[in-house]
Amino acid sequence: MAQAVSSPGIGIGDGAAAAQGPPADVERPDFQIVPRAGLPIVGVVLVLLIAGIATNKLWPLMFLHVVGGASWTIIDLFLGFVLGPILGSLPIPARIALTTRLMPKMVLIMPTAVTVTLAAGWQLGTHVGTVQSSYYLHGWVVASYIVVGVMAVIALGLLEPANIAVLTELKKPQPKPEVVEKLMKRFIYTAGATGLMQIATLVIMTRLASG
Amino acid sequence: MSEPDRVDAVRLPPVTQLGMVSLALIVAAGIYLSAHIPEQVSGLVHVSGFASHSVSLAPAIVLLGASALMLAVNLLALARVDGFAWARFFEIARWALLAYAIIAGMIEYVFLRNHTSGGPLVVLSFALVLFAVHVPVLIGFTVARYQES
Repeated sequence: MAQAVSSPGIGIGDGAAAAQGPPADVERPDFQIVPRAGLPIVGVVLVLLIAGIATNKLWPLMFLHVVGGASWTIIDLFLGFVLGPILGSLPIPARIALTTRLMPKMVLIMPTAVTVTLAAGWQLGTHVGTVQSSYYLHGWVVASYIVVGVMAVIALGLLEPANIAVLTELKKPQPKPEVVEKLMKRFIYTAGATGLMQIATLVIMTRLASG
Repeated sequence: MSEPDRVDAVRLPPVTQLGMVSLALIVAAGIYLSAHIPEQVSGLVHVSGFASHSVSLAPAIVLLGASALMLAVNLLALARVDGFAWARFFEIARWALLAYAIIAGMIEYVFLRNHTSGGPLVVLSFALVLFAVHVPVLIGFTVARYQES
């Protein structure tokens, strides 16, 4: 159910307007910060991950790692370079409408994709021997650890907290425009940074896959 | 203490900045250990069944110790803040803790599935515990800092 609130402009890049501009009626749809309907799907994916690791067969591990990794990479690139700039240029009501529909889904999708990619990837690397330091492309593998590590610090330290915090702020009866603006900026800039890091991931993974 | 942010309700210590440095230390410890598989770490255990030269666990332990220290400093600094919205912090952090405990559990499962044991398992498990506590602290802090207490 949507609710109309009287609030000064909420959005990115309009801090002055947000603080001083005329009030505008902004409709905010009701939403769940963590969409409960998606939890069973996450549960099924995690069960598949456990099964894949337990059986230690090549195809399930490859499938989970590639699907998880492709989802992670594509979402980061799309958010960072396509949707982020669009979001920043939308009218305020459209920004809020998109944010309250998109970001709750990201709360479930991204941690799940990352967990599946890393857990299945490590098991896959153990299975085929690419995590061994004797592997002839070991330097590239370590480079992938570093890239993933940098992305993890950015995502866990900045992006994920900003995602939760902006949704929490938008759930309030009177969200503060300057808080939403600051958190949305942080979300979009960090999504762009991880998008850039994903280009490095693509370079490394295609190099490893080429042998 | 850091400067007050124009959108913060109260003056706050640099929890996010310290938290990110602390997370980076955990990641560095994980990369160090992962990069040395299957070498024997500290001569304590065969990680994957290949004979090789011994690699010390000490760098990873130092990195994780520094990370734990920064986490403690972060929480102590936050505890000294008057008017911080602790109820909101715990409301958010406990659910985040549940989620990240599941994620850490999945990664621990992979280590156990691959027969990691001894010193490396202890160090990696400690790293996962730190990770599973750190992220909820950062999420809870980021939400609670904008809450009127």
